[in-house]
Amino acid sequence: MASIDIQNVKKAYGHVQVLHDIDLQIKDGEFVVLVGPSGCGKSTLLRMIAGLEGVTGGEMRIDGKRVNELHPKDRDIAMVFQSYALYPHMNVAGNMSYSLKLRKIAKEKIAAAVAGAASKLGLDPLLERRPKALSGGQRQRVAMGRAIVRQPKAFLFDEPLSNLDARLREQMRAEIKKMHGDLKATSIYVTHDQIEAMTLADRIVAMHGGVVQQVGAPLELYDRPANLFVAGFIGSPGMNFLDATYSAGAVTLKDGTVVALPTPLAIADGAKVTVGIRPEHVVMSGEGSGMAASVDLVEPTGFGIILHLSLHGLAFKVFTLDRAALSAGPNVHVSFPAQHLHVFDEKGDRCVAASA
Amino acid sequence: MKTSLLPTIAHRLAIFAYVIFALFPLYWLFKVSLTPNDLLYSEGVRMWPSRTTWEHYSFVLQHSAFPTFFKNSLIVSGSTAVIVTICASLSGYALSRFNFRAKYWIVGLMLLTQMFPLVMLVAPIFKILTPLGLTNSLTGLIVVYTAFNVPFATFLMQSFFDGIPKDLEEAAMIDGATKFTAFREIILPLTLPGIAATLGFVFTAAWSELLFALMLINGNNAATFPVGLLTFVSKFSVDFGQMMAAGVLALIPAALFFLLIQRYLVQGLTAGAVKG
Ligand SMILES: Nc1ncnc2c1ncn2[C@@H]1O[C@H](COP(=O)(O)OP(=O)(O)O)[C@@H](O)[C@H]1O
Ligand SMILES: [Mg+2]
Repeated sequence: MASIDIQNVKKAYGHVQVLHDIDLQIKDGEFVVLVGPSGCGKSTLLRMIAGLEGVTGGEMRIDGKRVNELHPKDRDIAMVFQSYALYPHMNVAGNMSYSLKLRKIAKEKIAAAVAGAASKLGLDPLLERRPKALSGGQRQRVAMGRAIVRQPKAFLFDEPLSNLDARLREQMRAEIKKMHGDLKATSIYVTHDQIEAMTLADRIVAMHGGVVQQVGAPLELYDRPANLFVAGFIGSPGMNFLDATYSAGAVTLKDGTVVALPTPLAIADGAKVTVGIRPEHVVMSGEGSGMAASVDLVEPTGFGIILHLSLHGLAFKVFTLDRAALSAGPNVHVSFPAQHLHVFDEKGDRCVAASA
Repeated sequence: MKTSLLPTIAHRLAIFAYVIFALFPLYWLFKVSLTPNDLLYSEGVRMWPSRTTWEHYSFVLQHSAFPTFFKNSLIVSGSTAVIVTICASLSGYALSRFNFRAKYWIVGLMLLTQMFPLVMLVAPIFKILTPLGLTNSLTGLIVVYTAFNVPFATFLMQSFFDGIPKDLEEAAMIDGATKFTAFREIILPLTLPGIAATLGFVFTAAWSELLFALMLINGNNAATFPVGLLTFVSKFSVDFGQMMAAGVLALIPAALFFLLIQRYLVQGLTAGAVKG
């Protein structure tokens, strides 16, 4: 097991810079999830750690040793590909043992390692099968098995679950988390799915446009998103945003509603801000209080209800567990509890409390 | 599901008609090769002669230079196929997997060689090969055939390599393989259908090539089979029976060759490599 240090790492394809000064320290045994929309450079970063892509600038260290120029085969890192990348001409056992064979490990040891991994993943009855005779979920397991037989320094996952159906994805997600609990292996997991990120990660690295936006524990990103991007990306249904003006410890919305904040912010009075509130934090208030909004759409999820509203002409979502919302009329009233408001300045960065 | 009979019958009939159309010349070749000379012109057009004979075959095998032609053709086509396939595997892999500066120009040049008619090249090639002592030699033919077949075979192999996900060799490298080990142990086994197709394509192309064989070779010693066929045409007559018998014999190695490789041609080895 190993720590991974990424210092000032850049990546450019020709003149196009796809990663800008990435700084990231991953501790031994940590489970880090890189999350961000498609095209933000997550896979590129992961592949650079694996050695499949060159490093344009900066330094990459595994266990303190510089690996910028090291061939992938010498990095002792395992990777699970989105496509699984199983060797089609080898059976399951062959796929899982290939890396050990290349290392010239004794036959009996290989057999034992494969048997161990296979039983852990429930692959024992499939060892003789070729990949084409396996279901998607079984292939996924073989890909995982190929990674764990090696006991590598670190595991890299590139969207390993995105080709599975929803139920299987949930199940594998839990298994991966359990496996990490057992093996305590340093893991870097790439996904565009914020639920996967939230559920799996010790720490989340939120990326956008080749830049790290925020690094932190899942609930930290949820409770205190560093900027508009993270605020909008983490959480489903996504956070609502409204334009407002700040003055004297309160924000004034477009329609004149004033919400007093729990603490004054370190910005000038009269500054334009964006106020964010999560759909689950909006309170459906009775007639005569809060802001009037019209109901565009009601989506019952079974667990709760998502109301699509228009508030001063803006699309706005509310999530509630209260089934009474199902029979809400065409007009409702909503209000925002001040402690759940997120305030972002004109640049989109989170406004911090003024130090008293 | 119940399928109605009529479309099925029409479908089968269409296939049958096509097969008849495609195989008829072969049938005619075979028929003439069995027809005794005295019946060839006297019986008119018949589907089967009233009397058949193997004498053309025994003559061709025992009294003509055909066995030499046959051996020469085997040497030339076999060597060309093997050399071209090895070169094209390497160059096709490079074109499929690597990005290098001159790639664009190399591909352009290779396409260019495919564009003009070979007749234009006969004279210059003859001029080049003469001082090298490569005219009238099988080696010369192999060199020329290899040169002409490599570009197309390269594109063919490239398309097969393109069909193999890059993830596979990356996975192999992460598993601890060098680039070359990944090529040899992962990619090459998966390209067997492509290799078989390329071997077959080049072999048949070389087997039936006439123009250069005719221009670069004189005399029977280094003649290949298509040139040899022409020896059955004399000034005053064409010995159709013997010519057709030689033709039928010449089909045998090509047929055997495809029988050998068809296993690889039809199987989709990459199925199941990625996704589900
Ligand atoms: N080989 C390449 N050449 C040029 N651009 C590339 C290459 N690979 C990736 N990119 C670009 O880099 C960016 C990041 O890609 P990627 O890391 O695959 O994103 P993600 O995995 O987050 O979806 C994308 O804009 C993509 O177009
Ligand atoms: Mg990706």
